[in-house]
Amino acid sequence: MINNESIVEEVVGQFGQKVFGFEEPFGLLTFTTNASDLTEVVDFLKNHPKFKFNFLTDIAGIHFPYNAGGELCSMCMIHSWENNIRVRIKVFVPIADPKVPTLSTLFASANWMERETFDFFGIEYIGHPNLKRILNMEDMDYFPMRKEYPLEDATREDKIDALFGR
Amino acid sequence: MAENTIILPKDSNDALALNMPMVEDKQYSTLNLGPVHPATHGIFQNILTMDGEKIVDSEQTVGYIHRAFEKIAERRPFYQITTLTDRLNYCSSPINNFGWHMTVEKLLGVKVPKRAEYIRVIMMELARISDHLICNSILGVDTGAYSGFLYVMQEREKIYEIYEEVCGARLTTNMGRIGGMERDLSPTAIAKIRDLVFNSFPKVWAEFETLFNRNRIFRDRIQNVGAISSTRAIAYGFTGPNLRATGVDYDVRVNEPYSSYEDFEFEIPIGHKGDTFDRFMVRNGEVWESLKIIQQAIENLPEGPYYADEDHYYLPPKKEVYSSMEALIYHFKIVMGEIDAPVGEVYHAVEGGNGELGFYLISDGGRTPYRLHFRRPSFIYYQAYPEMCKGLTISDAVVIMSSLNVIAGELDA
Repeated sequence: MINNESIVEEVVGQFGQKVFGFEEPFGLLTFTTNASDLTEVVDFLKNHPKFKFNFLTDIAGIHFPYNAGGELCSMCMIHSWENNIRVRIKVFVPIADPKVPTLSTLFASANWMERETFDFFGIEYIGHPNLKRILNMEDMDYFPMRKEYPLEDATREDKIDALFGR
Repeated sequence: MAENTIILPKDSNDALALNMPMVEDKQYSTLNLGPVHPATHGIFQNILTMDGEKIVDSEQTVGYIHRAFEKIAERRPFYQITTLTDRLNYCSSPINNFGWHMTVEKLLGVKVPKRAEYIRVIMMELARISDHLICNSILGVDTGAYSGFLYVMQEREKIYEIYEEVCGARLTTNMGRIGGMERDLSPTAIAKIRDLVFNSFPKVWAEFETLFNRNRIFRDRIQNVGAISSTRAIAYGFTGPNLRATGVDYDVRVNEPYSSYEDFEFEIPIGHKGDTFDRFMVRNGEVWESLKIIQQAIENLPEGPYYADEDHYYLPPKKEVYSSMEALIYHFKIVMGEIDAPVGEVYHAVEGGNGELGFYLISDGGRTPYRLHFRRPSFIYYQAYPEMCKGLTISDAVVIMSSLNVIAGELDA
């Protein structure tokens, strides 16, 4: 029987201190790894004889402006169809040097997902075959999903956060 | 990357074209398929490099209708995000709406009553029917068979009338609420659904199938065109009918049942070659399965409330708002967004018209999401398109794109 505990056991047994921050929000195993180890961890889970995480569900960026030294997060979610279990792996990188290894060598679908994350968060995927903007125009010079870009017009004073949300 | 790529050649010339590398000093012509082109069904561009009539390479440009939904969602209360999800895959908005509601309900820990779940299943399957109906009949239009499209359009109109009866809108439905449905199914709605799934639709769909399935001209156009192996399809993140056409029976409704899908008997139609014909047939089969699900759901529609007893999230009935103090307070609190959601990180997936539609939501305890990411199936599988049409002709590229059912709203979010 493959469940979150057995995956944690195997992953920790294989990688030790390189994987950390295990949690299970709503039953979905989530952990963090270092940028340098990401490819290795995903490759291990993908080619594991029992787990068989064969499918890359999603890659998304997240910006935590107050998490010094790890402001940008690249989240990838992989899925084992055979065991019907998902795992979410996060990598935190500093905003000054946001470099994460690409997963497009393991999953062809990572290509556009990483382009999208690069487009909106500026996370650079090392080894990506074609890392350029995908949804925004190519001459854009900022990364709009970062938290420092407010959605509302910053000059307006009547729309305060206490009444109108963040 | 070099996994077994199987693109079945139609004739010996195609096989040659597939193995033909781009030669430096050779003259190729460039052709723009899109952004505005009748065959793209939406605004996205394909720059094709052609050697005569054969496609040697292609590059896609997407993002023409990007509307920054993920950014907008970061400033909106949860219930106002439903209208954004409408505009993802606008051919099957209810699926997106309910997928979003279920994501929030998962975060809030709301238990939705059985009747609401059944109503949701009915509406989601109607949406799936209308989505597949459009895709398949448009495939007919793209190959030159217009009458099938017009014929089934009448049935889609009936489905839209049911939407109208249930929520008041037709295309961008904003159907349901967090915690259930905004109103119960009216007797008229039930009568319309019953008439559709028991009387009118099966006949029409059977006739549509007789028009197309064994039609020699149609099959010549789509059989063995744009085939993709299951290995490549999985690598490219295919889900939904396009994946099942390659012979993989992955369906979110069965793998992770949501909204009482485990109560219903249905099958997952699969193809085996993954070509355009298989995609067409899988969608046809799914329409029949959806009909079966709706028939079961409407026959066994449970009695009881149609919304969860969650005063903090579900708007009280208008009548009570005007007569009772508590209801007025809750109404005000919900509308003004004074109720904070719990902290949490949720992923919820539903089987959309095109595959696994996922909502990745991070809440930091405010009234709006901290981060919301839509896993949009079209966006992910559309990147396989150059590989699928390599070595084929423009007419093949058109039917492949049509059968992939790339919806611009979902592609660009």
